[in-house]
Amino acid sequence: MKKEITVTINGEKHTATVEPRTLLVHLIREHLRLTGTHIGCDTSNCGACTILVNGKSIKSCTMLAIQADGKEIITVEGLATTEGLHPIQEGFKENHGLHCGYCTPGMMMRAVELLADNPNPTEEEIRWGISGNLCRCTGYNNIVKAIQYAGAKMRGETLPSTEPEFV
Amino acid sequence: MIPAPFDYAAPMTLAEAFALLEEHGDEAKILAGGHSLIPMMKLRFASPEFLIDINNIPGLSYIKESDGYLRIGAMTREADLDHSGLIRSRYPIFTDASKLIADPQVRNMGTIGGNLAHGDAANDHPAVMLAMRAEVVISSSEGQRVVPIDEFFFGFYMTAVQPNEILTEIRIPVPPAHTGNAYHKLERKVGDYATAGVAVQLTVDGKGFCTHAGIGLTNVNPTPMRATRSEEALVGEKMTEEAIARAAQMAAEDCNPSDDLRGDEEYKRAMVGVLTKRMIHKALERARS
Ligand SMILES: Cc1cc2nc3c(=O)[nH]c(=O)nc-3n(C[C@H](O)[C@H](O)[C@H](O)COP(=O)(O)OP(=O)(O)OC[C@H]3O[C@@H](n4cnc5c(N)ncnc54)[C@H](O)[C@@H]3O)c2cc1C
Ligand code: FES
Ligand code: FES
Repeated sequence: MKKEITVTINGEKHTATVEPRTLLVHLIREHLRLTGTHIGCDTSNCGACTILVNGKSIKSCTMLAIQADGKEIITVEGLATTEGLHPIQEGFKENHGLHCGYCTPGMMMRAVELLADNPNPTEEEIRWGISGNLCRCTGYNNIVKAIQYAGAKMRGETLPSTEPEFV
Repeated sequence: MIPAPFDYAAPMTLAEAFALLEEHGDEAKILAGGHSLIPMMKLRFASPEFLIDINNIPGLSYIKESDGYLRIGAMTREADLDHSGLIRSRYPIFTDASKLIADPQVRNMGTIGGNLAHGDAANDHPAVMLAMRAEVVISSSEGQRVVPIDEFFFGFYMTAVQPNEILTEIRIPVPPAHTGNAYHKLERKVGDYATAGVAVQLTVDGKGFCTHAGIGLTNVNPTPMRATRSEEALVGEKMTEEAIARAAQMAAEDCNPSDDLRGDEEYKRAMVGVLTKRMIHKALERARS
C-alpha cells in the first residue's frame, strides 16, 4: 500500500509516493537521483549511506523512507554552497582524506554532526566519532586530520598543516 | 536488500497504538529505533505484515529519578543516555556500556526499550539491567504491569511483552550509598556484539563486606543470564581476592556459551571469568570512592 510522504532534502521540499518498505537510501538515490549518498554494506555496518535527518547522522540503509515523512534531510550534495566548499569538504581535499572516495560522503556527513556536537574534539573523540564509518583505503589518519582541519576552520583558528602523513 | 511488503502506521498516541496492536494481533510489530528490526526484515529473518511506528508518540523519552527509581522512557535513545548529566554523574555503568554498544549513528536511533524488547542475549543492556535489578513497565489498553527483569527474558527473541503490549518504561532502583557498578564486554571490533560481557553492581558496608551483589552476563547463554551463584557467594563476604576469584570462577562455570566465530566455549568461559573479576574490582573501586 503506497503512501505519500513529504521530505525536505537540502532545503528543497519533495513529495514522493513510496511503499512502506522503501528504504530511505533508495528514495534518495533512485527516486531523487541524489547519488552522492552511497550504499556500501547494506547491513548497517559501514556508514557509507550516512546522512543527516533533523541534524542527526543516521544510516539511511536502516531507515524507512516513510519514517522521514516531514523531516529535514541533508545529504553530501547539500554541503557546498555558492560561496564554496563546506569546511569539512575543504578538510578532506586539503588533507588527502580520501583515496577511492567511496566512504567519503558518509564520513563527511558523520563529521558534520560530530563537530556540531563537539566543536573541538580530541583525536580519540574523533576516532570514536567515526567508528561507525569504514574506510578501506586511507587508514583513517588523514580522515582524522581532515576533521581536525574542518574543526579549526569552523572555530575560526589558524589551520593545521596539511602535509599528508605517510605511515 | 528490501524487506518483504508490509503496511505501516505511525500513531500519535499510545491509545491508538494499542488499538492497532489489538486489530493486527501478532502480525504486527512495534518499530522503535529500528536498528534490530529493520536489518532483520531486510534479511527476511522477520516479515511482519504491519509495522506500528511509535516514534511519533510523545512522552516516551525521558531520564529522571523519582520515588526511589531511575526511570528511563522506552523510547530514550542511546545517544540521549550519552548526553544525560544525571547518567554521566550517577550511573557510570551506562557510560561503560555506551562506548561498547554499536556506533554513533546506530546510537542516534537505537532505543533502550528496543534493546530489551528485542530479547537478544547478545544485546548489552539486558546484562546491565540484571546487575541493577531493574523492573520493566509494560502497558496495554488494559493498563500497566511491572515485571521484574528476572521474569522478562523468556527465550531466543522472546520476552514478557505480549502482542497487545508495549514496553513503556524501565525502572532501576536508585542504588544505596557505597554502591558501585561497571560493565565491560570483549568485542572483536567496534559495533560487534559481545564475545562475552559482564555487568556488576555491588554495595559494601563500612567494614568492606558485600551487602548486595548483582551480576549479569551478555551473550554466553541462550537468554541474558544472572550469575546467581556468584552473587550469593559474594553477599555477606569480605571482598578479598579469594572471594572475588571464587565468584568469577563460578560465573565461568555456570554460563552456557556456544562455539561460534567469536570463539569456542572454553575461551568464552575463560573470558567470563576474567571479565567478572575485573568488573567486581572496578565496581568495588567506584563503591568506595
Ligand atoms: C551495526 C549495529 C551494531 C549494533 N551493536 C550493538 C551492540 O554492540 N550492543 C547492543 O546491545 N546492540 C547493538 N545493536 C542493536 C541496537 O542497539 C538496536 O538499536 C537495539 O537492539 C534495538 O533497539 P531499537 O530501538 O532499534 O529496536 P527495534 O529494532 O525498533 O525493535 C527491536 C524489537 O523490539 C520490539 N520493540 C522495540 N521497542 C518496543 C517497545 N517499546 N515495546 C514493545 N516492543 C518493542 C520490536 O517490535 C522489535 O521486535 C547494533 C545494531 C546495529 C545495526
Ligand atoms: S550501506 Fe548503510 S551502513 Fe553500509
Ligand atoms: S577512501 Fe576508499 S573507502 Fe575510504
